[in-house]
Amino acid sequence: MLSVTITIVAICICIALIFNLWRLLQGPTLSDRILALDTMYINAIALILLYGIYAKSALYFEAAVLIAMLGFVSTAALCKYLLRGDIIE
Amino acid sequence: MPFYLEIIMCISLLIGGVFLLIGSYGLVRLPDIYMRLHSPTKASTLGITGVLIASMIFQSHLKGFLSIQELLITLFLLITAPVAANMIAKTALHHRTKPIEKTQNQDLMETIRNRETIKPPQEPN
Repeated sequence: MLSVTITIVAICICIALIFNLWRLLQGPTLSDRILALDTMYINAIALILLYGIYAKSALYFEAAVLIAMLGFVSTAALCKYLLRGDIIE
Repeated sequence: MPFYLEIIMCISLLIGGVFLLIGSYGLVRLPDIYMRLHSPTKASTLGITGVLIASMIFQSHLKGFLSIQELLITLFLLITAPVAANMIAKTALHHRTKPIEKTQNQDLMETIRNRETIKPPQEPN
């Protein structure tokens, strides 16, 4: 039962990633693209944790933490760059 | 693995996956950047929390003791997601992105935009 559920949830997350990619390529303004990237790293964390359950390993947790921290930092840096024209003033 | 743990894991995984899908579908469907900001919050709170609860149960069963290190990601995302949304909204405001007609309180946007440029009155020495 668990393997079937993991397959269904992985398909859901992959469709969500395709939606995000469409918004990233389509997005009328730059803020839309930043928002699509922000949602995309959240979906990537979910996909990596799901693979950790599937592979019965605790090793993928560190990758998820790294993606969470660097994703927030990259969003903040992109917004700062668009607002001020500079990242570190 | 006991059967009741498997059922709890399946339910929380399904809830998480459905909320992640709904959040991204809203990102495609909604018409305006100020409305689109509202839909990924579902993905970053409920979706991630569902998957993390399932992962926490599974790791606890695997190791034999309660594993709470997955709560780190949930806490971090719950703290940083509103900050990131606030920064994106500020970027859209300052780049003068046009909202659609139905968006309320459009007259307040100019006030917010000019708030940083107005200097506070100087105190006399």
